[in-house]
Amino acid sequence: MKALILVGGFGTRLRPLTLTLPKPLVEFANKPMILHQIEALAKAGVTDIVLAVNYQPEVMVSVLKKYEELYNVRITFSVEHEPLGTAGPLKLAEKILGKNDDPFFVLNSDVICDYPFDALAKFHKAHGQEGTIVVTKVEEPSKYGVVVHKPGHASRIDRFVEKPVEFVGNRINAGIYILNPTILKRIELRPTSIESEIFPAICADGELHSFDLEGFWMDVGQPKDFLTGTCLYLSSLAKKGGKELTPAGEEHPYVYGGNVLIDPSAKIGKNCRIGPNVVIGPGVTVGDGARLQRCVLLKNSKVKDHAWVKSTIVGWNSTVGRWARLENVTVLGDDVTVGDEIYVNGGSVLPHKTIKTNIEVPAIVM
Amino acid sequence: MATSKAVILVGGPSRGTRFRPLSLDLPKPLFDVAGHPIIWHNLKALAKTPGIKEVILIGYYDESVFAPYIKWWSLDYPQFSIKYLREYQALGTAGGLYHFRDVILKGNPSTLFVLNADVCCSFPLSSMLELFEEKQAEAVILGTKVSVEAASNFGCIVADPETKRVRHYVEKPETHISNLINCGVYLFSASIFDVIRDGMARKADKLAANPALEHEDDQEALRLEQDVLGELSERSKFFVYETRDFWRQIKTAGSAVPANALYLQQAYQSGATELAQPGPNIVAPVYIHPSAHVDPTAKLGPNVSIGERAVIGAGARIKESIILQDAEIKHDACILYSIIGWGSRVGAWARVEGSPVAATEHSTSTVKNGVKVQSVTILAKDCTVADEVRVQNCVCLPYKELKRDVVNEVIM
Repeated sequence: MKALILVGGFGTRLRPLTLTLPKPLVEFANKPMILHQIEALAKAGVTDIVLAVNYQPEVMVSVLKKYEELYNVRITFSVEHEPLGTAGPLKLAEKILGKNDDPFFVLNSDVICDYPFDALAKFHKAHGQEGTIVVTKVEEPSKYGVVVHKPGHASRIDRFVEKPVEFVGNRINAGIYILNPTILKRIELRPTSIESEIFPAICADGELHSFDLEGFWMDVGQPKDFLTGTCLYLSSLAKKGGKELTPAGEEHPYVYGGNVLIDPSAKIGKNCRIGPNVVIGPGVTVGDGARLQRCVLLKNSKVKDHAWVKSTIVGWNSTVGRWARLENVTVLGDDVTVGDEIYVNGGSVLPHKTIKTNIEVPAIVM
Repeated sequence: MATSKAVILVGGPSRGTRFRPLSLDLPKPLFDVAGHPIIWHNLKALAKTPGIKEVILIGYYDESVFAPYIKWWSLDYPQFSIKYLREYQALGTAGGLYHFRDVILKGNPSTLFVLNADVCCSFPLSSMLELFEEKQAEAVILGTKVSVEAASNFGCIVADPETKRVRHYVEKPETHISNLINCGVYLFSASIFDVIRDGMARKADKLAANPALEHEDDQEALRLEQDVLGELSERSKFFVYETRDFWRQIKTAGSAVPANALYLQQAYQSGATELAQPGPNIVAPVYIHPSAHVDPTAKLGPNVSIGERAVIGAGARIKESIILQDAEIKHDACILYSIIGWGSRVGAWARVEGSPVAATEHSTSTVKNGVKVQSVTILAKDCTVADEVRVQNCVCLPYKELKRDVVNEVIM
């Protein structure tokens, strides 16, 4: 089977992290974001993966080369020379996606969930029509485009209502599709939106279905949602009884409240309290008496003694000083130093900066 | 050698409201800075000054307030006797002196030091005495230079730069007169009582001529600053001794933090043995009461005082702060530029934080986002800060529990 991942541009929404690494390579739960998707696709029997990108950094090519071998898949970069929207890239990759009549998956690279590729393919083949959109239920549908079904039909989509002012349903487009290659005929090689131009057309032909997603779903394209998505992901791992999480208990007395993922190469000091919802990357050092919750410490970062870190992403190689306090969606880029006893409230700190005075209201440190 | 006496003006419970919320539980003169009550520092300076045989505290607190302290201090300072004289109504700083003139003048002291209790300084009393004798003065006032902006909040002195004679004195002028200000420390001869008596007569005349003034506040009271010093500069041999050492008023509760720092630095520089030994976790100067328990992994200082029986947990961090008696700071908590009241408890990983106050700046408030807030965070008696909670630039009245983060607030 085949798949196309819409990677897009510079990932500006996830800055300052994406100033250092392209977004697909930023680690989510200690694994590059794109790897979550590649793994799931490979497991579902996908052998051809197209990455639709606006730019193609060298580092991405070399990393993905590695994954090709590891997962026994073919990864092709499809580079847009002008932004083609969400549908154009499909046309650009027509040679691969349309090489046979098998349906192909399309997914947004920012979406994290329990990817239901097997069930989705089965469901799609069962109804036999042109497309299936994965939908997820949300509490506040008014912020999204809502899927409305044909009267009396459980999955056939009648129309989309963008940001509905009155309740028409709470299923929204989850950014994951399976489509028959015939769809490629509907797309021209120009900037086109799959959501607002192509899907309504398929709908009109009665050929578009929805597939309910089980479990969590999150677009982790910006820091706040990256943290929320991390919590959801860790909860999901815990529910599945995954061995990846560090269990509380005598061996790990610092684990508090669960949902703690710690790379085996990380070093944790004495008398820490870690959790819930913490990801600690490889080579990370956590000092004595540190308090971590709802945060992500990326590779080779360091949190010194007695620091208190909450709702924060600590970037690669960054250092958090003793008794420092970080909170409220603080994001440290690569190689940032926060001084001892410093307070940072919602600071977004670009790489290689040193913070020596408190940041009391959310601010960007250039 | 000529004998001398000293009066410390300690005020009363209806004064010093700016020292709330700490003065709700303890009279300001008894509040501990650098490990000792504010007036203990005055007494210490008096003890170093030759010739002082008696120290009289004048105020309108109940006698029982000072009685036990006077007993202790008499042991600390056997060189003079200490007594407390109570005014039954607020007579004003000069009025109180005059009221007790017979007690003060008993034994015919040749000079009289008068100290405001709420002053933190090096008290160069011997130097004042030298100037007094050299000039054969009737009065010497301690002065210090402050910034031009700050000067109008104080009594301003115009003096002859050569002779040091005071030519003019105005309390809190509206326009700029001088940035040499009154430190609230005086040395008088017995003739001061004549000047005060005349001042009282003048005030009575003024009242008689204009009965409408009778309803004004403090019409009975006669204050040194407003009613006496101006006259003194007109008619007497009145000189100023300008100190270049530290000086600071202790008015607001927050000003106890810079005062604490100044007294600790003074003690440290004079090699005081009661201070904690510096080390990797003690950044000097730090005072720790012998009955306090500080975990060796806690890092303290600079400018930290830890009171009686206070408990400081493992990995706590305390800087530029006063921890009062029986307070408890749990493990990994961080206290910066704050006062933690008697019996208050700060939870694990909590952060109680004020803003730095420059020692040279005579204000303890700061403007944040257009709002005036207290620089120093103050927890009064028996307050509780829950684990991991952050409190910044707040003043918290007694017996409150803080369970959520609070910033820039007064918590009633």
